[in-house]
Amino acid sequence: MDLDWWFIGELIVNGANAGLMYSLVALGIVLIYKASGVANLAQGALVMTGGYVVLALAYDAGLPMWLVIPLSMVILFFFGMGIERVVLRRMAGQPLIMIIMLTLGLEILLRGIVPAVWDRGGQSPIIPITLPADAIFIGDMLINTSYLLGGVIAIFLVILFVYFFRTRIGVVSRAVSDDPVAAWSVGISVERSIALSWGLAAVVSAIAGALWGSIQGVDWTLSLLLLKAVAVAILGGLDSIIGAILAGFMLGIAENLAAGFLDDIVGGGTKELVVASVILLTILIRPHGMFGREDIERI
Amino acid sequence: MFYRQAAIRHTSYDQTKKLYPIPFDKWLVVAVLLVALLAPFMMSGLYLNSYLLPWVIWSTAALSLNLLMGYAGQIHLGYAAVMAIGAYSSVHAMRLGVPFEFALILGGATAMIIGVGFGFTALRVKGLYLAISTLAVQYLVDWVLTHVPAIGGGTQATLQTPTPALLGFEITTDIGRYYLAFGWCALVTIFMLNVKRTGLGRALIAVREKDYAASVLGVNSYYYKLIAFAVSSFFGGVTGAILAFTFFGAVTPEQYSIDISIQILAMVVVGGLGSVLGSFFGAGFILLAPLFLNNMVTGMAEAYDFGVSRSILSHIPLILYGGLIMLFLLFEPLGLAKIYDNIRKYFLVWPFGFSRR
Repeated sequence: MDLDWWFIGELIVNGANAGLMYSLVALGIVLIYKASGVANLAQGALVMTGGYVVLALAYDAGLPMWLVIPLSMVILFFFGMGIERVVLRRMAGQPLIMIIMLTLGLEILLRGIVPAVWDRGGQSPIIPITLPADAIFIGDMLINTSYLLGGVIAIFLVILFVYFFRTRIGVVSRAVSDDPVAAWSVGISVERSIALSWGLAAVVSAIAGALWGSIQGVDWTLSLLLLKAVAVAILGGLDSIIGAILAGFMLGIAENLAAGFLDDIVGGGTKELVVASVILLTILIRPHGMFGREDIERI
Repeated sequence: MFYRQAAIRHTSYDQTKKLYPIPFDKWLVVAVLLVALLAPFMMSGLYLNSYLLPWVIWSTAALSLNLLMGYAGQIHLGYAAVMAIGAYSSVHAMRLGVPFEFALILGGATAMIIGVGFGFTALRVKGLYLAISTLAVQYLVDWVLTHVPAIGGGTQATLQTPTPALLGFEITTDIGRYYLAFGWCALVTIFMLNVKRTGLGRALIAVREKDYAASVLGVNSYYYKLIAFAVSSFFGGVTGAILAFTFFGAVTPEQYSIDISIQILAMVVVGGLGSVLGSFFGAGFILLAPLFLNNMVTGMAEAYDFGVSRSILSHIPLILYGGLIMLFLLFEPLGLAKIYDNIRKYFLVWPFGFSRR
């Protein structure tokens, strides 16, 4: 059987870039889990909100793109902090199942409200990020530049966050995630640290929303990235940033290869199958993921 | 006055352990039962089919999920998938010539086996991981239904349900279908009311409150969680089948999508975790509230002459489910059942409210 190696290479490279963009979404889950031990199931809707904010600033306010991105990051930062302040802080000390359901409720609420407020008349406009070329050819490989940009930004952000956790504020949030009560007793403001993590997660969502919006357009379907982000976060280990990036890399490649070879046989939709199987297999074999801390309670 | 406690003295443990220690509660249940039994003859077919029947069925679904979430404290985000497994397997079983009664049980059993199979993986870990793996199950089942023609009937295809026949009598009328759904609902309700008073129910509640403590007391928490998963999945499967046979008349993947899972979750949370009465309240509220709000918004738009786009209207259910889940979790975690309980407690001593202080 002669395999088309260029085709496989193309699937791998584009899949890897798309996967890195999943890690970008997953980064929001990891940041919040690291800081507060709360699984943020509202991440998909946060990314969607980010996309809508970028869209509103770019189209409705007519601002240039170099201004829109930082501005939307600032707006989302305060939005994330606000969510923590208004909603999550009240739930401190409640059972985990309640908090998970609360973030899920937030996801559903945002998924309903945001598209209703910024109604685009059923359209899903593309965010105008202009790149010098739509695609680069290496040999016979076609590489999508939008995905490439996403991948590069994802790696850049991860490096940034790795260094962030070595700064003073980063050390504080590591202390809080390690043991909130101990951190509190030595005078660290636990609330502020957790609020900061929500703000940062929302900033990452703004970037992810802009990048995904420039590829598939902005509508409610952006929030469906939640499942992929969850798969990436679980596979990499919920509290590991490096894990998130590697897991995104792997998931993207696996997904694209499966879609490239199996979609014709079973009639599409294999990407979702790969994602769901990755989640179930990870939980079955290694619940703490590739790089996560192994302190999951077993019964 | 309404809940008269005067001259009610409990002189033995058996009396205090009764389901309804206060006679008014018992008469209320009898009255509601009578209304429910006579309802098909008092209302038009439209109301029966589009309000009462779905309410009864969704209440049963909420009750079944409440066994898992309210009693045993295990989260399940893919309950519609469990219902789908039950519905599809009973429809296929009936098409192969299995009698209706056995097809229902077979549907429940299939849902139970698959549910427990996933439960084995999911229950090794807890909390978040359980939530996510049940979510993954939902997507897996959705995929199988849409991509395996032998099960789902091919892409975009619907499977018509055969006519159900109970003990040889074919059920063809609206009233008959209502009684079928109502009978199943009554069975599940009686089970749920009584399970709390048995050793099983107390073990489940012990596991919910603190599984370490339950283990220390000699309650095998893993075993009881699996039991809860199994029973809840069985009920869910049968309810899914009843839903297909009595309400939809056909099975399609969209009837059991992730949105439906969220809807049932909202019913349980809004109604009240661990409350039988709450499941009925929650189901009614979640079913009726979007309709009501939709009519209100369109009515107001006409009255005050402002344009409401169709997309806003189509988003109302999502906004409502999400908002209600959040509001109830934040402000009344025990749901509508707790609100009812507060009102009942107020009337227990009304008009002598000062006697409680």
